[in-house]
Amino acid sequence: MTIPDDLLYTESHEWIKHEGDNIRVGITDHAQSELTDVVYVELPKLERQVNVKEPIAVVESVKAASDIYAPVKGTVVEANKALEADPGLINREPYAQGWIFVLKIENPDDLKNLKDASAYKKQIG
Amino acid sequence: MRLGAKMVPFAGWLMPVQYTSIVEEHQAVRNNVGVFDISHMGQFVVAATPTSQTVDGEGAAATWLNSMLTNNVDKLDIGTGQYTFLLNDRGGIIDDLIVYRIDEQKYLLVVNAARADEDFAWLQDHFKGGHASGLPDSRDRMRDACATMLINRSADFGAVAVQGPHTMALFHALFGKDIELPARNHILDVPFNTTNVSVARTGYTGEDGIEVFFPANDAVKFWNATLERGKPLGIKPCGLGARDTLRLEMCYPLNGSDLSPERNPIEAGLGFFVDLAKADFVGRDALLKTKEVGPREKLVPFRMKEKGPPPRPHYAVFRNGERIGEVTSGTLSPSLNWGIGMAYVSSAHAKIGAEIDIEIRAQKFPATVEKKPLYRKPAS
Repeated sequence: MTIPDDLLYTESHEWIKHEGDNIRVGITDHAQSELTDVVYVELPKLERQVNVKEPIAVVESVKAASDIYAPVKGTVVEANKALEADPGLINREPYAQGWIFVLKIENPDDLKNLKDASAYKKQIG
Repeated sequence: MRLGAKMVPFAGWLMPVQYTSIVEEHQAVRNNVGVFDISHMGQFVVAATPTSQTVDGEGAAATWLNSMLTNNVDKLDIGTGQYTFLLNDRGGIIDDLIVYRIDEQKYLLVVNAARADEDFAWLQDHFKGGHASGLPDSRDRMRDACATMLINRSADFGAVAVQGPHTMALFHALFGKDIELPARNHILDVPFNTTNVSVARTGYTGEDGIEVFFPANDAVKFWNATLERGKPLGIKPCGLGARDTLRLEMCYPLNGSDLSPERNPIEAGLGFFVDLAKADFVGRDALLKTKEVGPREKLVPFRMKEKGPPPRPHYAVFRNGERIGEVTSGTLSPSLNWGIGMAYVSSAHAKIGAEIDIEIRAQKFPATVEKKPLYRKPAS
């Protein structure tokens, strides 16, 4: 199971890449392998403002629909339209083409509440 | 996001939802062959008591079963089975099951795991009464019960379902070239190693298939043998997830989702398995009434009109903005790569071709009421 060192993580299996004023968010390799067969992704609307841990997107596998949560407070500035045509990108490239949305973050200090790779690794055992 | 474990508690059993991927397992069954552990299903034996066979108990087991089940067991030859329902007094479905006639006066009932205890208690209640009453009237279902015995054998049997176009090849690989595969809905005892197993040509996937019952102690041995001999045929072990997508493509109902004690077989569109010409059975009066006035709602298959989020159980169904029902089963069909489901909708709209909307997260998505089944195998 891949857990890149340069990313941050949430307990709810989102990964976070810090990009200046923004963060890019997806779900981890572990999460996609548990879900398997992602068949639909509901993306957030641009400019939507979200609070930490607010449901912001939905990833659906054959069996179930799972909420994706905002890792920190922010505003949606990008959503990965490629997932509409090819939701399986989340399974094939969870950390690359399978990203879900980009948030402009309110307060960079909020990122301190997220897990680093070793803490996430410990969590999923 | 929250992750569910891949093993889920199911009717007191720990069952796998999937072994690898629901889609892969589903395709294995449609294209090659898959094996499902169905050991959790319940088995009851109903048979004439030894004395009743010779005295006035002729056909007592059949008579009693006919008073408890909707289909007509008199239509069964020895070695054949039929789909049938166990109803409550209101005509509601306690369980859907298969009853096999395995001997002149011996029947095997294969019931759903989640309902097995309830089924048995219900049957026993209508049975105990018999012993207590001892009425002389031979038409009395209680009296017929006296000449009959009912045994719960659920703990004694393990079972697997082998399903897919390569079923016949795997059957011969398991039991030998000279043993003949039973005909559809037939059941046969077949030697396997040192024991006999029962093989029924039945299933829940729409593919050719068998369900094999064996002593519970042999479960691991039989499971492993099936996987090993199925290897050259592309076999995959399959979980509850693929079982659900396969059956839904065929519009086979799932008890607990599409069937419940609040729904009767007429509403569920399964009147074919109810013989209202029988003199009496539990729930018959209620069904006659439903037939007379027409069901308020009907279970219909539907297909989404556009690519979008898959429908799920409990989503609301609308027509022209008015709520007309609720989804009971829904998924993305792996064979069609399209959203499909079944829903109870008011009878006025339960017509093939009717345009409906499924509400998904406060947004309405168009769908069409379809004919059964939702998936048809391409002619090969």
